[in-house]
Amino acid sequence: MEAEAAALLGKYIGAGLAAIALAGAGVGIGHIFGNYLAGALRNPAAAQQQFPNLLLGFALAEATGLFGLVVALILLFVV
Amino acid sequence: MSTDTHNPFAHSPMAQFEIQRYIPMEAGGIDVSFTNSSLFMVIALTAITLFLSLSMRRGALVPSRWQSMAELSYEFVANMMRDTVGVSGQKFFPFVFTLFMFVLFTNMLGMVPYAFTVTSHIIVTFALACVVFIGVTVLGFIKHGVGYLNLFVPHGVPKVLLPLIVVIEVISYLSRPISLSVRLFANMMAGHTMLKVFGGFIVMLGFLGGWLPLAFSVAFIGLEILVAFLQAYVFAVLTCIYLNDALHLH
Repeated sequence: MEAEAAALLGKYIGAGLAAIALAGAGVGIGHIFGNYLAGALRNPAAAQQQFPNLLLGFALAEATGLFGLVVALILLFVV
Repeated sequence: MSTDTHNPFAHSPMAQFEIQRYIPMEAGGIDVSFTNSSLFMVIALTAITLFLSLSMRRGALVPSRWQSMAELSYEFVANMMRDTVGVSGQKFFPFVFTLFMFVLFTNMLGMVPYAFTVTSHIIVTFALACVVFIGVTVLGFIKHGVGYLNLFVPHGVPKVLLPLIVVIEVISYLSRPISLSVRLFANMMAGHTMLKVFGGFIVMLGFLGGWLPLAFSVAFIGLEILVAFLQAYVFAVLTCIYLNDALHLH
């Protein structure tokens, strides 16, 4: 296989592997919202107070998954 | 993938992020053209200025609808600052408010069809994150001198673990501008790319099969509007948290 085709193959396989990182984002987001729901069902009065923290936690968990997506996109469109 | 910039219906989902020079200009070898990115930044700033100044023109005690919205945005950021930074951070309110409104308006403008999302370019978000990072670091050193480095030594850490903890803390501190910028950039770029990809599916599946991706696109646009607001909020709140670290050192 010539070098160019091998490089292209490597790029696509690498992009696919990097996208697996989004599974971590899914698990993390589900975990955060699950804990928020569990807490909110126990103590509904205090739930509204913690809503900003919920959004912050969601964004931070999503961010780490998106870092993996950025690697995949860099492999596909930049390298 | 075709990235034909002259065709308004370019087929690659990444073509929407291309920079187009509207007024080519050069200053000392550096390209300072007025691009579509510049245009949308100007539109965002005009929108923010008009919204805030016109809404508050008649400062009635019983607010009109527009005045309520302007006051709502002010209160939102002010409450957020008070909760995270406290009273001593109030002097940084103009900075955080400007940051929040700019990111919010540029994100929201990107949701308009055929509009350009300014924050979908890493250089824009990196510039904003660098301003925050360098500003907060300089502020910390001005306020605490060399004692600002105590930020890297959390309370109640056994002396044995100290070298490891300090290294980890420094690395985590230095990764702040990267995480701040990439979070906003990745959310915007991934969201808009997905919108274009599903738009392509709608056209591809035609009249009979296109209803399914259309329904998903409608829901996803709703989610993207939420994400636009959420990312602006997260950017602002993390700025406040970093400010709090700099001002109050834990």
